[in-house]
Amino acid sequence: MAAEFPAHHYLNDGYGIRSWLLTRDHKRIALLYLAAITVFFFVGGAFAVLIRLDLATPPGDVVSDDTYNQLFTMHGVVMVFFFLIPAIPAILGNFLVPLMIGAKDLAFPKLNLLSWYIYMAGGLMGVYVLLTGSLDTGWTMYAPLSTRFSTTRVAPAALAVFVTGFSSILTALNFIVTIHRMRAPGLTWFKMPLFLWSTYATSLIVILGTPVVAITALLIFVERLFRFGFFDPALGGDPVLFQHLFWFYSHPAVYIMILPAMGVISELVAAFCRKPVFGYSFVAFSSLGIAVLGFLVWGHHMFVAGQSVYASLVFSMLSFLVAIPSAIKVFNWTATMYKGSVSWDTPMLYAIGFIGLFTIGGLTGLFLASIGLDVHVHDTYFIVAHFHYIMVGGTIMGYLGGLHYWWPKISGRLYPEGLSKLSAWIIFIGFNLTFFPQFILGYLGMPRRYHAYPPEFQVLNVLSSAGASILGFGYLLPMFYLAWSLRYGRPAGANPWGACGLEWQTTSPPPTENFAVTPTVTESPYHYPSPAVKHVA
Amino acid sequence: MFDIPLFPERASTIAGEVDALYFFLVGLTGFFSLLIAGLIVTFAIRFRRRHPDEVGAQVHGGMLLEIGWTAIPFLIVMVIFFWGAKVYLAMANPPDETLNIYVVGKQWMWKVQHATGQREINQLHVPVGRPVKLIMTSEDVIHNFYVPAFRVKADVIPGRFVQIWFEPTQPGTHRIFCAEYCGTEHSGMIGEVVVMEPTAYQTWLSGGAVEGSLASTGAKLFADLACNTCHRPDSRGRGPVLEGVFGHPVQLQDGSVVTADENYIRESIVQPAAKVTAGFQPVMPAFQGLVTEEQLLALVEYVKSLSSEEQALPVTRQP
Repeated sequence: MAAEFPAHHYLNDGYGIRSWLLTRDHKRIALLYLAAITVFFFVGGAFAVLIRLDLATPPGDVVSDDTYNQLFTMHGVVMVFFFLIPAIPAILGNFLVPLMIGAKDLAFPKLNLLSWYIYMAGGLMGVYVLLTGSLDTGWTMYAPLSTRFSTTRVAPAALAVFVTGFSSILTALNFIVTIHRMRAPGLTWFKMPLFLWSTYATSLIVILGTPVVAITALLIFVERLFRFGFFDPALGGDPVLFQHLFWFYSHPAVYIMILPAMGVISELVAAFCRKPVFGYSFVAFSSLGIAVLGFLVWGHHMFVAGQSVYASLVFSMLSFLVAIPSAIKVFNWTATMYKGSVSWDTPMLYAIGFIGLFTIGGLTGLFLASIGLDVHVHDTYFIVAHFHYIMVGGTIMGYLGGLHYWWPKISGRLYPEGLSKLSAWIIFIGFNLTFFPQFILGYLGMPRRYHAYPPEFQVLNVLSSAGASILGFGYLLPMFYLAWSLRYGRPAGANPWGACGLEWQTTSPPPTENFAVTPTVTESPYHYPSPAVKHVA
Repeated sequence: MFDIPLFPERASTIAGEVDALYFFLVGLTGFFSLLIAGLIVTFAIRFRRRHPDEVGAQVHGGMLLEIGWTAIPFLIVMVIFFWGAKVYLAMANPPDETLNIYVVGKQWMWKVQHATGQREINQLHVPVGRPVKLIMTSEDVIHNFYVPAFRVKADVIPGRFVQIWFEPTQPGTHRIFCAEYCGTEHSGMIGEVVVMEPTAYQTWLSGGAVEGSLASTGAKLFADLACNTCHRPDSRGRGPVLEGVFGHPVQLQDGSVVTADENYIRESIVQPAAKVTAGFQPVMPAFQGLVTEEQLLALVEYVKSLSSEEQALPVTRQP
């Protein structure tokens, strides 16, 4: 039975540039974010390719020292602030939060559009930094390197971070109010899809944490331009204070990046096993647990930074505790698959990849929480490998899995199944080849952010660079076939996966107002069989 | 060509303890990764969808399982916590008797100053089998002194002293890396530790042009900078007597008490008004920017030498 493409939907409700740039439809704003964030992803990715190319040989003979330092700095800044933090909330969250709760839009549609403009303003400032001398302080911008010694564009970069933060804050505010106030009749908190729980937890972190990094960026700006001594000891400041302020936000920011992906994985596992998520309330509360504990562990970034022995011991213990809610999620996802009806569709491949890679990423975090071992591997490639397992193996896998799951809803069309599965495999293999050797390099002692390195590290670096070329190729494929499907894909129908969830009860693509009639919720979010399953058959 | 190194050399007393914890965690990671991966793959195959309209069993959860997979990981991580803390405390607390050597980091080199007067750049000669304590500071940005073969590192921070200690177990040469990104030539800030047999070390110490011990350089500076007009051995100067001060508690004007460690001496030279000894006026000029980090080391070493029982008390403790 061929699915019909709806006659009226949000994509054909108005044409022309104004209908997009002045839209208040959360779905169109999600697509505006998708376009901008995809550009930043490939810019940041291009920097990574150059980094890995340069590291293929020990002397680093592709680019100069300064260029290399700018490459890894801008790779970090672009990927963290302009891709990883906004990706899932601003694209999938924007698109899905109203649909999942049966609402017409977010609580503040104009504020939502403003968030996008602020994001673009911050992004353009980032581009300005890039084009007028770049930044070479590392994305961490440690003082006094950033406030006195660097000759690059630190002040505008700090402002870009400051501005971009407000985009996250406004989006988070919008989500929190929407989830509190606009749920459909009958949709109680414990009938919400887990993606909403993780979005809610993430929004709390954003609202509490982002102002701190905004202030920190501002202090860098003021110290650099006006020589106020906050951090530079030559001016009477304390360089370690900067690290406390920076990590007070930037460790929770790790959870801002990974929690939404965890929410996506909960949805994927349920939909492709056609089964309720095992231990729903444990998975939901573990998100809140991560949000709270995540604020208390920043000191584990500073075990070798002159922090007191006792502070380090406390931070170490708390860091071990934050591992528990993550472990609970992994065990519950695995248990969900037991006696499920497991399909091998592309989104599920990403979900499986996520669980495996996140498990390794999480367990290697234990190495770093344990102080006696962290002293050795701190600031080596072991750290680089660990956080890429979380950020790339976790967040990006979750993002791509979510994008493939909801793409038929977003675009109303199906993408080529075989090619998308092949891409998922290529990405999985490329990822592991890129980052697994870096664990070994790290334990051998190769420091991170090294443009040149001693020859004994070469073989592992070549493996990593080879993996990066596979990974880069893998990321290009979805961009092409998803774009292709916009025009040539078969119409998806309202519910191509036979999944539960309010978003699948409306047409694909949905109408501007989302639902013809406001839905009433009586069942738990994963009450299979969904009404549509028989339909699909 | 293709022999891939997997493991760094082990050349200090602490290295074995770090490695033991590492192997335990590698085993743990391997076990749980394979367990989860094995279960996922098994479930994905065994419970694969056989008909398009098939659904999974409507299982919602199990309290015993939830308690189990919360409690067991909790117990495991607490074991790791205490183990890691034990290794760390050993790194953070040097033995009483150590060979003290000063290190100054600057963009992009390591400058080493021995108490006996020898200076080195990007090289550090130490004897085997004797605990060595490095007292370190930076002239500019934050650096990090890292010797993978010893499994120790510490940020080297401008404006203060930090310390690490290690006891080399075999003669040989090991790399020193800067492990905190410090600007353009960060990756060129590489040196080497040369671990020598005690006799060879003695020969090395006696060779090399030496202008006298570090303390004697400090004594000369102490006179050149006219410190000795106020800090006199008798108690008639305008400043406190420095003999016997190092390593002992000092009563301050505001009533608090600090221990006169290297960081206190250093601060009292560059910012004397910060912590004024009780009974004295804040009349001493600040030497911030007037003395180099190396001159500061010499002055600190001289003040230390004025205390009969030279006993290094904690600086900022760092492994």
